[in-house]
Amino acid sequence: MSTAAPTETKPAPPPVETIKVKVDGREIAVPKTMPDPMSGKPVATTMIQACNLARVDVPHYCYHPKLPVAGNCRMCLVEFGTPAMGPDRKPVLNPDGTPKIAKSPRPAIACATPISPGMEIYTTTPGVKQMREGVLEFLLINHPLDCPICDQAGECKLQEYSVEYGQTTSRFVEAKVHKPKQVDLGPRIVLDDERCILCTRCIRFTRDIAGDDALGIVNRGSYNTLAAYPGKAFDNNYTLNTVDLCPVGALTSKDFRFQMRVWFLKETKSVCTSCATGCNIVIGAREDKVYRYEPRENDAVNSSWMCDSGRLNYKWIGAANRITRLLRQNPGAGSEPITWTTAAREIADRLLAARPGSVAIIGSARQTNEELFLLARVARQVSAVTDSVPRTQTGDKLLVSADRNPNSNGARLTGIAPAVLGSNLRAIADGIAKGTIKTLVVFGEDVTKHGIGAELLAKLDTLVACDILSNPTTDRAHYVLPGCAHAEKRGSFTNGKGRVQRFMKAVEPRGDARPEWEFLHELVRNLNGQDGFTTIEGLFNLMAREVPAFQGLTWAALGDTGVTITLPA
Amino acid sequence: MSFTVPPTLAAEIDELISHYPGQKRSASLMLLHAVQEHFGWISPAATEWIAAKLDLQPINVHELVTFYPMFRREPAGRHVIKVCRTLSCALGGSHALHAHFCQKLGLDAHAHGLQTTPDGKFSVEFVECLASCGTAPVLMCNEEFHEGVTTAKADEIMEKCA
Repeated sequence: MSTAAPTETKPAPPPVETIKVKVDGREIAVPKTMPDPMSGKPVATTMIQACNLARVDVPHYCYHPKLPVAGNCRMCLVEFGTPAMGPDRKPVLNPDGTPKIAKSPRPAIACATPISPGMEIYTTTPGVKQMREGVLEFLLINHPLDCPICDQAGECKLQEYSVEYGQTTSRFVEAKVHKPKQVDLGPRIVLDDERCILCTRCIRFTRDIAGDDALGIVNRGSYNTLAAYPGKAFDNNYTLNTVDLCPVGALTSKDFRFQMRVWFLKETKSVCTSCATGCNIVIGAREDKVYRYEPRENDAVNSSWMCDSGRLNYKWIGAANRITRLLRQNPGAGSEPITWTTAAREIADRLLAARPGSVAIIGSARQTNEELFLLARVARQVSAVTDSVPRTQTGDKLLVSADRNPNSNGARLTGIAPAVLGSNLRAIADGIAKGTIKTLVVFGEDVTKHGIGAELLAKLDTLVACDILSNPTTDRAHYVLPGCAHAEKRGSFTNGKGRVQRFMKAVEPRGDARPEWEFLHELVRNLNGQDGFTTIEGLFNLMAREVPAFQGLTWAALGDTGVTITLPA
Repeated sequence: MSFTVPPTLAAEIDELISHYPGQKRSASLMLLHAVQEHFGWISPAATEWIAAKLDLQPINVHELVTFYPMFRREPAGRHVIKVCRTLSCALGGSHALHAHFCQKLGLDAHAHGLQTTPDGKFSVEFVECLASCGTAPVLMCNEEFHEGVTTAKADEIMEKCA
């Protein structure tokens, strides 16, 4: 699905020596070494990596390309052979001149066995099938088979491999070992130890990637149990990644548990809006309700992970105080619903009537590049002073950025915000106080929290506020425009490192709400008569032509994983 | 829970750690043995103390304590009787011997693991091979080894325990 990004600037990879191996009879040249997932240092390529490169699927549970190899589940057992050597240390040849292959009498786990020149890997032999069946049978010995009430059902590796390698009846007549069913592992995770197959992916993730060595296997033999230290909660900002990593239904998210069968979810590619990192996500939604975010792999941004706080930051989309009506308000004299066409005409008229220099526009660094671009056009047309609102927090070493805005760079590049976000806010507040600024257009921010209080807003002739949730600014606005959550529209963000990433629409907007760019496009046309584009593709491409930093980009070329641009110094 | 290590044990532990230069974690088992030898069991506080001593997380030490049956997670009686139940001793009557101890001491012969009398004087448990198959059934009472233990001899062993 992912399209190659044409403007990608990666350092040229050093030439890697390749060796030839055969996977299921098909020869393929694979790099002799591949980077270690943890250290990045070159380590010998393994059989499973060679099989992946040959597009041959090898079933596995404990292996994960982003984690250190554990080699404990045995599901990836394959048969293999290497070129036979004669007593003279020369390859023995078949009558037809091809090297004779000495088949190994024992299988090997593909995840931890390095390849060697001329090696042949067999993944479809009756022996391999039998081994997979055997391993799966063992893994299911103490498994409760409670799929009907299991949240993992539908995306469970035990289920998937049972289809291919499972037995129709169980040969196990002994008593199953019972383990704790509802372990409150931490504030966001519930563990069902009976479903656990002890692959240790969660242990390795939290130890080696999240840097919180909190999980372990206690007890012995068939009593082996995944656990945190008694009395210690599994609570770091990355715990929910273990739920994604868990190949079975052992680790479940308290937030998503029992909320929806996964096969009913419509999955939409999107981007997390909780900070400037812009982790790639998949939104799982059904009937216009968002049920979960999951990280989507993008090695240029978030690898395969995302933080818990970002993942759970979606409830506001369906919040009760969503603005759903487009209103013209007379503070103190009630409000009346109007149409978008009327709003665009009346607001344009007011802007055109305003004295040059008496208009201020505050955009949000939570808006999309396209919206900020259009807002900047409006600003240019009416010579408005503009700014945006900075949001900071303490970042971490893994994914959380110190900048809580998803699109601060977009606000800078489109010209809505100065290099230091918020540095014009004081001047705007002073202008309103002095009466030089009489019109304020606010998109996606509650300015009463940022130095422009209610008493200042009361002095304005015109206050236009577009937002998603109602707040003191929208309460005082003459025009209240219901905005869209990112999940309700398409658009793009420019993350903290200058990666331009697009996101898709997962759910329908609420009530009167419509994507801000649609309204802004109409407003721009009313202001200067220029007709832009009515599709996000066209709008993005227009923006890419006009904003220097976006030169050469196209909506299509952004692909699923985005393109990194050079940020102006 | 406060956990204090006397100076002699602390010195012993530091010495044990010095056996594993550059890899303190390798001393985990030795430390657990030393602590159990001194206190008779491994309390949660002891687990946490050892973890801190070796720059580990408590779960790392807890894994070991729960893996090895010889590490006790609750205090044992003053005298611990370990009855061998591996094949030769099982054939030689170790289960009857174990049941005899339990019956005399008012313990449940069918319960799993170490059992201690309410007065804290005796603990009885099954263990695996004590390496004297020719003289089954065998047992260890504290650090003392007893071979060919009959019920009479068992009573004698118990009486000798002060």
